[in-house]
Amino acid sequence: MDIYLLEAIINGLLLGGVLALLSLGLNLIFGVIDVVWIVYAEIVMSAMYAVYWLHNYYGWPLFLAFAAAIMIAALIGVLVHVLVIEPILGSAPINQLLATGGLLFFLQSLATLLFGTEFRNLGVRLPVLELAGMFISFSRLIAFVVALVGAVILYLFLARTYLGTAIRAISQDREIMGLMGVNERRVYVITSAIGGGLAGLAACLLVLQYDVHPFIGLTFGPITFMICVLGGLGNMIGGFIAAFIMSQIIAIGGFFFSAEIAEVLAFVFFIVMILIRPQGILGKK
Amino acid sequence: MSVLLTLDGVSAGYGSFAALFDVSLNVEAGEAVGVVGPNGAGKTTLMRVISGLLRPSAGSFALEGRHLEQLPAYRIVEAGIAHVPENRRLFGRLTVEENLRMGAFLPAARRRFSQRIQWVYELFPRLKERRFQLAGTLSGGEQQMCAIGRALMSEPKILLMDEPSAGLAPLVVEQVFELVKRIRQEGFTVLIVEQNVGQVLEVVDRAYLLEAGRIKLAGPAAEFANNDFIRSSYLGL
Repeated sequence: MDIYLLEAIINGLLLGGVLALLSLGLNLIFGVIDVVWIVYAEIVMSAMYAVYWLHNYYGWPLFLAFAAAIMIAALIGVLVHVLVIEPILGSAPINQLLATGGLLFFLQSLATLLFGTEFRNLGVRLPVLELAGMFISFSRLIAFVVALVGAVILYLFLARTYLGTAIRAISQDREIMGLMGVNERRVYVITSAIGGGLAGLAACLLVLQYDVHPFIGLTFGPITFMICVLGGLGNMIGGFIAAFIMSQIIAIGGFFFSAEIAEVLAFVFFIVMILIRPQGILGKK
Repeated sequence: MSVLLTLDGVSAGYGSFAALFDVSLNVEAGEAVGVVGPNGAGKTTLMRVISGLLRPSAGSFALEGRHLEQLPAYRIVEAGIAHVPENRRLFGRLTVEENLRMGAFLPAARRRFSQRIQWVYELFPRLKERRFQLAGTLSGGEQQMCAIGRALMSEPKILLMDEPSAGLAPLVVEQVFELVKRIRQEGFTVLIVEQNVGQVLEVVDRAYLLEAGRIKLAGPAAEFANNDFIRSSYLGL
């Protein structure tokens, strides 16, 4: 096989890791709370800014800045739930969509107001690995490994713990959770914190590869939603698979044509799949 | 015997629709009590009030003298009331064992989980055979076992059962009432709501008749079975 094609496939695989991580948080929130956080990518953006400011301006060590950014994103997740979602939990989905959509513009504008529109770079240069004549992005490799480890930890939490089981159960029958001794509100708040924290983790990985600016969310938001819908909204495993399919289309399409054409191909694939399987790859009914 | 659960003048409804009017009843420790009545009499509403899923509009209820009417459902389980809901309401996409684990969500029950689940498996060996199967794939009778087992995992002082025979084939209904008898033999206090008057009277000590949201009659099960009104209206004799 052409070594350059192999290189593209490997880099696509590595890109898929971050996309999978992004889809995980959004799917978790939708699966459990039944709300789509349109604002998800803007939480990522906020956490990227957090890393940038803490590291570059206040001089925090990078890992400390990462930890703080994850916690800030988790806190944003909790605030989104308590302030915006909770009051409209029982209302029509379109209202919830509009409310979190409004929040998206609020965070974008707030970031513009606070930080201006310039692109900010963390200034951390990670080496490019050379392996058998192929060039592989080290930051993408880190992102891929961390994303996989994060997914495994989330899986173990959901499969093995009481709280994780409750998180899976609550989407099946909300009303009787109280009969199990489960405080439904607490489960929602914890789930929102985890969803936000996953956005924060993704932000730490992305800030190593991309400049931060108030509209960076537009780079990841749409593709994350497409991946979630493609995998079956709320289905975490489906989202995971879809992330790797989409990243391969982008990588291989980029190799044969150009990056722009690759994105067009990804969108076309998405539209065709939605026509064929509107419920998503692993979605039910 | 000491009184375990008391309801005092409980009224409840949904919005402007009232379903229960001034209901008072009590259940003594170790007793099995049945609430019978036709469809729409308010039996399920009564269960929902006691387990905290629905706040009463008037009146109060207490377990061992402790008032519970203001508590949310998850606190009422903690106090010692477990509710097997109508139509079982299992988590169909969780395994049998995971459903049982959900029943032991409370910290106190968690600590004794392994003993407790062993006990439930001894009570219902069929559940042990099926423990890694998704609850949604169980037969009706097995689902009822799983729902009862799940409720027992919280180590309740009283077990509420809402229409355990609903939607089951006649043969399975027999089995379900056998389960209820077994629960009784274990010394559990049970409050059971049923439309299936004839069969429930065979497993309870006392019964109440609920009609149009009001208690119309109360007495020992044997008296109920011989009451002319019950015989003609509910037993078809």
